[in-house]
Amino acid sequence: MSFFSGVPFFTLMTLLLLPALFLGLRGKAIGPYGLFASLVMILTVLAGTPLQLAWLGAYLLWESLLVFLYIPLRQKKGPVPWHYALALFLSLIPLLLMKWSEVTTLSLFSFLGLSYLTFRVAQIIIETYDGVISSLSLPAFWAFLLFFPTFSAGPIDRSRRFEEDFRRRYTREEYLTLLGDGLEQLLIGLVYKFVLSPLAFRLLSLCQPKGGLLLALAYGWCYGIYMFFDFAGYSRMAVGCAYILGVRTPGNFHLPFLSRDMKDFWNRWHITLSHWFRDYLFSRFLMGGIKGKWFKSRLSGACWAFLLNMLVMGAWHGLTLYYLLYGLYHGVLLAATEVYQKKCSFYKKYRNCTWYGLLSWFVTLNLVMVGFLIFSGALFT
Amino acid sequence: MNTTQEKILSILSGICGETLEEDQLDLDLFENDLLDSLGLVELLVELESQFDVKLSPSEVSRSQIATPRLIADLVESRMAQ
Repeated sequence: MSFFSGVPFFTLMTLLLLPALFLGLRGKAIGPYGLFASLVMILTVLAGTPLQLAWLGAYLLWESLLVFLYIPLRQKKGPVPWHYALALFLSLIPLLLMKWSEVTTLSLFSFLGLSYLTFRVAQIIIETYDGVISSLSLPAFWAFLLFFPTFSAGPIDRSRRFEEDFRRRYTREEYLTLLGDGLEQLLIGLVYKFVLSPLAFRLLSLCQPKGGLLLALAYGWCYGIYMFFDFAGYSRMAVGCAYILGVRTPGNFHLPFLSRDMKDFWNRWHITLSHWFRDYLFSRFLMGGIKGKWFKSRLSGACWAFLLNMLVMGAWHGLTLYYLLYGLYHGVLLAATEVYQKKCSFYKKYRNCTWYGLLSWFVTLNLVMVGFLIFSGALFT
Repeated sequence: MNTTQEKILSILSGICGETLEEDQLDLDLFENDLLDSLGLVELLVELESQFDVKLSPSEVSRSQIATPRLIADLVESRMAQ
């Protein structure tokens, strides 16, 4: 059984959502039940792979120890940089081991959802160092990590936002609205994932990535459309399911193919991932650079920050050539967009004209599709 | 317009590359493409150096600091702590 796929999953999901519905409509807190439902779902999904289940247990123990040792240490000793660096590094070790095992074919440490869980733990450690998080309860922490709608592939929620919903009691009217929105998301997600995505996949199977520029671009287009319906469908189902469990998980896509430029694209595509990188890597690296005067100008600092940000994002997808190239490609495009928009008088003069908007949209869309062509790996096989 | 709002408008004018006036205190800086990721980082650095108010990039959402007035209010509430 796998998440959001097949009759057994959806049957169990429906059974697990019914008590949440009952609690929500009676004005009771759904959060603690959400943790129970998540445990049941994850144990069922991973029941066939006991090794993965064991790794998940070990991971939970390891990260719980780290987080619940670091929070009081930070409170007692203040923001000590080496405590922070050590805690963050130790929290990343499982992911680093998994990435290492991907390139060495050694199966060191891997289980479903690890990549996404890492973001959640790292966010807590970073915000604890910032002084934004000063306490956390163990049930809320586990519910945040194990929340089954978002467990295996996001969207990536933030702990402070999640914890508010975890403790919240909705009125009957509030819950009815949430339920309606959740069902709508779930239904749209089902149509995306099980109707439109297979259609796009059939279209993709007719395309050949090699044989000329136009053919390659057409492959990129088909792959991009397929990726969108597949992943946006998954994300919408996850969000819909989360709403029914009383958690307003943020959405992951917002009309990405209408983006005006590459910066706009990353505010519309896999939003929770790109915003995570923006808030916890890009901004922090750039702040350090501006304060420490590492760069000739703030603009060149932003360019380096974009490159680093997207390269790390590429590496997070996998340590293969095409994912790294995908990251580099988007890093270069974002840096070029930044320089163009800050320095070019042509842009400043015409950016509000309709014709410029249309041209910029068309160029962006094709650059995005070339990115998907790289991401697909089809050029390298 | 109070002193904090004046200083915020002056900082933002430097970052956005265009002069912001008193009647633009409620202007949405993100909607109007005046503040982007780089601009926001520059703003956080300036708030720290000019007001001694330390804000981390993930601490507040963009909607909480979308206008010069909201930024000034946040700075004043932090200074009062």
